[in-house]
Amino acid sequence: MSTEEHFLRVRDLHVTYAPRGAAVPAVRGVDLDLHPGETLGLAGESGCGKSSMAAALLRLLPKGTKVTGEVLLDGEDVLKMRPGRLRAVRWTDLAIVFQGALHTLNPVQRVGDQIGEAIRLHSKDGRGKVSTRVGELLELVGLPARRARDYPHELSGGQRQRVLIGLALACEPRLLVADEPTTALDVMVQAQVLRLLEELQREFGLGIIFITHDLSTLAELSDRIAVMYAGRIVEQGPAEQVFTHAAHPYTRALGAAFPIIGDPAFRMTPAGVPGDPPDPRYLPSGCPFHPRCASAIDICKSIDVELWPAGEAREAACVHASGAPVATA
Amino acid sequence: MTGDDAPLLEVRGVHVGYDVKGGVARAVDGVDLSMKSGEIVALVGESGCGKTTLARTIMGLRVPDEGEIRFRGETLGRDRRSLREHRQHAQMIFQDPTGALNARQTIYEAVAEGVRIQGVEGNEEQLVADALARSGLRPPESFFTRYPYEISGGQRQRVVIAGAMVLNPSLLVADEPVSALDASVRGEILALMLKLVRDTGVGILVVTHDLGLAWNVADRVAVMYLGRIVEEGPTEELLTSPRHPYTRALLSVVPEVAEMEQQILTGEAPDPTRIPPGCRFHPRCPVVESGEAERLGILERCRGEDPLMLPACHAVAQPAAAGETA
Amino acid sequence: MNAIAAPSSRRITWQRRRRALAAAWREFRGHKPGMVGLAVLGLIVVMALAAPLIADESGLRAINTTENPVWASPSEFGPLGTDNYGRSVWTQFVWGARISLLVGLAATILATVIGSVVGIVAGFQGGIVRSVLMRVTEWFLVIPFLPLAIVLAVILGPSILNIILVIGITSWPSNARVICAQVLTLRERDYVDRSRALGASNWHLMTRHIVPNVAPLILATTTLTVPVVILTEATLSFLGLGDPANISWGTMLDQAFEQGAVTQEAWWYFGPPGLGVLLVALSFTLIGTALEEILDPRLKERG
Repeated sequence: MSTEEHFLRVRDLHVTYAPRGAAVPAVRGVDLDLHPGETLGLAGESGCGKSSMAAALLRLLPKGTKVTGEVLLDGEDVLKMRPGRLRAVRWTDLAIVFQGALHTLNPVQRVGDQIGEAIRLHSKDGRGKVSTRVGELLELVGLPARRARDYPHELSGGQRQRVLIGLALACEPRLLVADEPTTALDVMVQAQVLRLLEELQREFGLGIIFITHDLSTLAELSDRIAVMYAGRIVEQGPAEQVFTHAAHPYTRALGAAFPIIGDPAFRMTPAGVPGDPPDPRYLPSGCPFHPRCASAIDICKSIDVELWPAGEAREAACVHASGAPVATA
Repeated sequence: MTGDDAPLLEVRGVHVGYDVKGGVARAVDGVDLSMKSGEIVALVGESGCGKTTLARTIMGLRVPDEGEIRFRGETLGRDRRSLREHRQHAQMIFQDPTGALNARQTIYEAVAEGVRIQGVEGNEEQLVADALARSGLRPPESFFTRYPYEISGGQRQRVVIAGAMVLNPSLLVADEPVSALDASVRGEILALMLKLVRDTGVGILVVTHDLGLAWNVADRVAVMYLGRIVEEGPTEELLTSPRHPYTRALLSVVPEVAEMEQQILTGEAPDPTRIPPGCRFHPRCPVVESGEAERLGILERCRGEDPLMLPACHAVAQPAAAGETA
Repeated sequence: MNAIAAPSSRRITWQRRRRALAAAWREFRGHKPGMVGLAVLGLIVVMALAAPLIADESGLRAINTTENPVWASPSEFGPLGTDNYGRSVWTQFVWGARISLLVGLAATILATVIGSVVGIVAGFQGGIVRSVLMRVTEWFLVIPFLPLAIVLAVILGPSILNIILVIGITSWPSNARVICAQVLTLRERDYVDRSRALGASNWHLMTRHIVPNVAPLILATTTLTVPVVILTEATLSFLGLGDPANISWGTMLDQAFEQGAVTQEAWWYFGPPGLGVLLVALSFTLIGTALEEILDPRLKERG
């Protein structure tokens, strides 16, 4: 596994749901790259398609959903894998950490059994070995091994999140996709979980795709950030830069929603964008952000802008992104 | 002191507990707080600290076990009638606007409900239209016959705000008013709240775990931990020069803080049925853990003496406490 | 700011409600089993209502039918033959339908009202009130239903009103439990809290927020209660506890049995009433299931 090679390459991914006829384009052409050991932050709000994209990586979408494009895991296309190969790849190469809400774990099964189930699906180890491994995993994520006997409702939110991380690491994947893992948690618990992820990444050389709507968390945690809106990536680049010098008006708006404490510019100036994130079924014409954009010009109503360069290793899908980004702070 | 110079709200020595398996959960364990009209106070703390219980007690939805609540100089009675009357002056905004609206009621009915219950005088339609307009829903008539599922999350929260403001309250208690909304929509709701304060002089108590929100809109901040307010003061001062170790730790882990070394506390807050003796924060306190408390000679006090001053910390009270402020 | 006259906004709300109802009807129309149930029920109801036009009431009393042949088969004396006393089975069937349906409906309404009130009050108040009410409910559920009904019928005496009472009293408990459970969840909803924060009294909360949201459940359980009630009435009448002056399908079955229709192989006497009870019960079940399907996902969609 050479480090120059991308471990994950997503090309022109489209995900379209079709419940009862009406097509809902959740993801409309996404390109992503991830190196081993790298953290990519994926920022976006409800309806932007980020969760659909995460599920598409492992083909976990409901039957009847149309998925096109390429998802190359170490050169192999997940979307074209046969069921046997897909099952082998799931969890051992790529694992997903969901939000630790009560319904993500089976409420009537002990957490140790749930982790053990994941292990047993991919190995032929005996009960003793599995149990040892479960204990190791729990300790790895900062929980005492005896907690394996607890049921999900006996654990706190932060502890459940740790269990989910342990569950994801059960088969030693090389890539972790974390979908809003800390959204419902308190700030202190969130910090604990993030620090845990950082440590695990260092220890195992994990690649992480971190999906959240909280842009400020991503600024700290990620190497690169990609911002999604209406099923497309509208900005991509090094984390620090995207956060402080956003090139796309939406990124700027998203960043402004998380005031920097201590910065007088944020006192008594709540910044929001009018309107709401668009319904994927009824996307505006041209650039999907134009109805809410303060910098929209005539052309924005008719042209749907592609991603184009906006600085070094940066891209933004905006007519104003000429390579001279505007600072947020 | 009654009348206009009286503070809008005074909470004195309030204790609120719940009976749960395994004892009594002392959700609010001796809280003093005061608020003026036209002021926005942020009550911050993590889950389980008692802030929601305190908010509901201030609203009159829960009667305190001990202590009193004074509103505009008058003590809040405990009987149903005075509590009902109190609702005309203090109103509440909820975290999840979708759940807070009855899916079977039209927007008009949702806003008119308060008017009808309290028997507010005036043309009902006019009142509803005005309230909706002031909440930024224009033209208000177009919203009358719509149902909650037909409008967006941000608009639903505006409806809830309109339903509260139609009664012209002097105090608005907002429980996590924007945490369930999309990030790009939050600013609008917060801007609306600021506007309401400017236009009507209403006082707003915002209950939240989001320190960034407090920095954004609050005049003063009160930090709660395990049922007590451990630090309180003007926003600028408190959030840039926090004195209580808990506030400092909390600020250090918030991603939006400009440059502060992270102090990640171990474990989670103990449950309110088993509050530690002495200073309730001492088992997790960085000052204790780092040996600083011992060096200052206050370790015994931290473990045995309940700090009743503000900030609620023995180390801060020490004149020569190292590592303090700046 | 122009003030809109109050009536018009209310009118619009009513228009919307009617449109919602029309949409529900359209959805129901697409549900085949439900439509079948509705059609069958419709036919039977029409038949019962048209009784005075299609069957001579006097034919129910034996003294008027002394000229008729006894135990005549349908081919000999149409349309459904005669019984031991020469009474036209068709007449009995048509007029019996009225009684069966009437008792079925009335007893269901009684059971639903009692069950709903108990369920809503128990669920909403919680605490001691709920414990007491639920214990009473469970008492009723634990006691074997038929012996209880029989005892009550014997005590009260045979008459339509009493039968309705008996069935109503013994059928409400299962509804109450289901409704109580639903109300318990509804009570915790934020909009109830908001209303309370606005100053609403318990009565306001119950009538304005709880009842409208539990109404779909009540409607669904009601339509599913009717078959049970109809069968119960048939059973009680068959056991001889019915009102002898007002013949119902159950009474017909009882009489058929007593008159020895089985020995006479007079299938036209016990067949139709049995079939009638079956069809009514079945059609209500089909309608009820259709309603459940329609009402539930719509609520979820709206959230």
